[in-house]
This record gives sequence, structure tokens and C-alpha cells, in this order.
Amino acid sequence: MHPVRKRRLMIVLFIVLFSSVAVGLVVYGLSGNINLFYPPAEVVAGKAPVGQSIRVGGMVVDGSIQRASDSLRVAFELTDYSGTVPVVYEGILPDLFDEGQGAVAAGQLDANGVLQATEILAKHDENYMPPEVAEALEASGKAPPGAGSGS
Amino acid sequence: MWSFFHKLGSPPWLYGISGSILRWLLPASIVALLAGLAWVLLVVPPDFRQGNSYRIMYIHVPTAVVSMAGYYVMAIAGAIHLIWKMKMADVAMKCAAPIGAALTFLALVTGAIWGKPTWGTWWVWDARITSVLVLLFLYLGVIALYEAFDNKEAASRACAVLSLVGMVNIPIIYKSVDWWYSLHQPASIKFTSESTMDASMLYPLLYMIIVFYALYTCLLLLNMRAELLDRERSKGWVRALLKGSR
Repeated sequence: MHPVRKRRLMIVLFIVLFSSVAVGLVVYGLSGNINLFYPPAEVVAGKAPVGQSIRVGGMVVDGSIQRASDSLRVAFELTDYSGTVPVVYEGILPDLFDEGQGAVAAGQLDANGVLQATEILAKHDENYMPPEVAEALEASGKAPPGAGSGS
Repeated sequence: MWSFFHKLGSPPWLYGISGSILRWLLPASIVALLAGLAWVLLVVPPDFRQGNSYRIMYIHVPTAVVSMAGYYVMAIAGAIHLIWKMKMADVAMKCAAPIGAALTFLALVTGAIWGKPTWGTWWVWDARITSVLVLLFLYLGVIALYEAFDNKEAASRACAVLSLVGMVNIPIIYKSVDWWYSLHQPASIKFTSESTMDASMLYPLLYMIIVFYALYTCLLLLNMRAELLDRERSKGWVRALLKGSR
């Protein structure tokens, strides 16, 4: 290769390498802050701040949803199977919110460790299948991945 | 091998070959897109949890995939122009930027429309969505930077460097859902293990991704042909072409 072109190629490789390392270090430094939410285990361990706006994400515990009969108030528990956080929320829930499904709750932790949520987001997983396949899986005893009992 | 590269550097040759490719590729990909839309809207079964709303995936995923691949096209074309001073690579880099920006914008908009019924929000500052927004700004930055210079040689060198620096964002977008807790679900199409999507839904998705790659190729070639005519408007071959068309 022509020496001038070789030098330019080296410069290009240097730019790519240098920017990758720089951004990599920034991303590594921020790694904790880029997370959208805390897993329940960290909240239980006291790593999440009390009285500040945070998000907690996990699976909605089967059978934990309790709806008030006279209001939109709903209480449920979020778990990551190593910690469980109780959540209370008043408002309309997303369609995909269900027991056994992922959800992210935004709000503040109170002194009793209950998350007073102001927003609930449903987190859906990467599994897609037609309803018949899901029924067939259920009939054969293998619950479709992430399928709630309530739906 | 080398003669191919020398031909690739010749504007009249590139104009001619792209014309004969477009003559069949453009109608073929438009027909394929319409057939694909009919397939995913009418034939493909609904999802067991999301019902029909997941069908927007057949636009969302291909636009997102091609917008990221298009960034590599732009950055590699920029690098080729930096190293070998190949004019056609500069044309390719300049023409790839607006197409990539449009695809990224479509991916963000379809994602927002999909997010509202499934997640319950249009927008959330999660790692995946934010890094795709950065991708959109990188594309817009390349377009703006190119226009900011009077000297086109300096413009294309600056844009090539910006594209190369921005390339680091692509693996971040791709891995963001695995590296951090995000609202966006991980990829369903997996290269190393079985995809977590039923075959009746997976094949239409792969088909749509291929169709969008074909559409991207058409748009890039069309854009490059217009740019070539503009740049070479005083050259003999463009004059001859214009005379012939009259």
C-alpha cells in the first residue's frame, strides 16, 4: 500500500479505537446510572434512596394484585426472585400489566419500604407466538414463557 | 479485481450500472414491500399477549436494523474516501446520511406508537431508546456538518471523522438491552440460539428486513445518481445524457 494511504488508514483506525475507548470508559463509569430502574433486591438491601423519585422493575408476583372496589387504587408486589417490593398505585394500568409479567413502577419509597408509585409501565418480553401456540403450550403443561395466570 | 474498483471510481460507469440495477430492483422491492405488508397485516397471526398491536414490529424492526447498518455504510464510505480519496465513496457517504436519518426517525416514531399501548408510555429515557436518539443526532450532525463547509473536500473529511467517531454508538445500541436494565425487551432474533418468536411470525420479519435492505439500496442509488449528475453537470457525459433525453 502507498505509504500516504497507509498513514491515513492508521489515522482512521486510531480515530475508531480512540473514540471506542473514550466512550467505553464513559459508559463504564456511568454503568450504574444508565439503568432505567432498580431491581427489587437492591431496594430491599437499602441501596435505593428513600423519598426520592426512583423506578423499580421486576415481575409482578402471582396473586399479589389487590384492587380497591371503590377506586382505581391497586396494590401489588414486584420481585426479582431475590427480593420483593410492595407497590401501591392509583390510576389506569397499561393493558399488558398482569400477574407474572414484567413491570416498571416509578415513584417514591416511603418509610415502610412501600413504593408509592406515580406511574406504572408494563415491560413485555421478547417472546412472540400466536394464541393457539400459547394454548397448546399451556395444555401440554409447559406454560408459555411469561404468560400470566390471570389472562 | 482492481479494474472493478477503478470502474467504481468512474461516475459515468456508476451512473450506468446503478440505472440498470434500479430498473429491476426498484419495482421488485416496491412489489415485495406491498406483498409483505399484506402478509403481515392479513395472514400473520396475532400475538398471544399483545394482540394485533405487535404488527407494527414489521416496520419498527426493519427500519431500526437498516438505520444501524446504514450507519456502517456511511462510516465505511467515509473511511474509504479519507484513505483512498475515492470520489464515489464521498458521494455514497453524503447520500447515505439523509436516508439513515429518515429510517432512524421512522424507527423512533413507530417505537413510540408501539410503546403507548404496550408499555403505557410514548417515551422513556431508557438506554436503548436514548442511544437510538443519539444515532438520529449523529445522522443530522453529518448532514449539517457537510453543509457547514464551503470547501467540499474539508466538509467530507470532517463528516468522515464524525461518522467514524459515531460508529462506537452502533454496538452500544445493539447491546444496550443486555448491558442495562431497560424497558425495551431484548432481541427476539438470536444468531447463536433459537429465536424466541414463533416461526409463523419470524419468517415475515426476516422477509421484511430483507425488503428494507433492498429499499435502502434503491434509495441510496437514486440519491447517489442525483448527486452525481449535480456534481458532474459540466462534464461531457452528463451533457451527452441530457441531449439524448431531449
